[in-house]
Amino acid sequence: MHAEVELSLNFDIKGRNFSKAGTISTKIKEILQELGIPMSIIRRTAIAAYEAEMNVVMYADKAQLTLCLTPAGISIIINDEGPGIEDIKQAMEEGFSTATDEIREMGFGAGMGLPNIKKNSDKMKISSIPGKGTSLDIFFNLSKVSEQ
Amino acid sequence: MTLKEIKEILQAEIICGENLLDIEIEFAGGADLMSDALSFGEPGLILLTGLTNSQSVRTADIIGAKAIVYVRGKKPNIDVIEFAQSKKIPLLSTKLMMYTACGRLFSHNLPGVHEHKGKKSNAC
Repeated sequence: MHAEVELSLNFDIKGRNFSKAGTISTKIKEILQELGIPMSIIRRTAIAAYEAEMNVVMYADKAQLTLCLTPAGISIIINDEGPGIEDIKQAMEEGFSTATDEIREMGFGAGMGLPNIKKNSDKMKISSIPGKGTSLDIFFNLSKVSEQ
Repeated sequence: MTLKEIKEILQAEIICGENLLDIEIEFAGGADLMSDALSFGEPGLILLTGLTNSQSVRTADIIGAKAIVYVRGKKPNIDVIEFAQSKKIPLLSTKLMMYTACGRLFSHNLPGVHEHKGKKSNAC
């Protein structure tokens, strides 16, 4: 039934807005639940969306998140405006972090964000222009329903 | 093990979710960093943490945790409690340190995430 649904929604994320951090990911989880998407995929999508949303809140000025649901799967695209990432390869390493104390007090900044996004998604593309911003494109295959 | 048994082992106080003390908990995990919880978390676990802000409840909701125990006597503010109530996630608070709380639960045969996963895959 979920394969027939098509949907495209945009959300704005504000950088440094720690009190609202994560609300969009919770909303995405609720939307996917209402659409009857399998729980194992919702869980992976919600974890990746949450990490990506927190990255924007922690490091960027603002971003637009686009959630698209097609017969093939779920895609989440985030384009942010901010400092960007100097070395993406280094940022993908578990434990690498440039987090401030404020970020760590929120329970984030362990250098697990991008690795967690990669681990939970079926496809991940990231590009960045230092000084301008970062684009993240993640995809979840709806035919993959195995538990992770 | 029920949440009520966990409450007794940890000499914990219930902050919210008293009506959910009969739920069964099969495994536990402890972390102060939510990215770690997001990385190891599995649906059904009980999360022990010293982090009391809204991200603790949001993380528990995202990973499908059944309950949260705050260690070192910490308690969240009312906004966090109301958020947990809306998500039907019981909150407990124990005066024990993280190490002691986890150790007590483990010694009462409540496995960690990896031991639980290992048990499940061996059964297959």
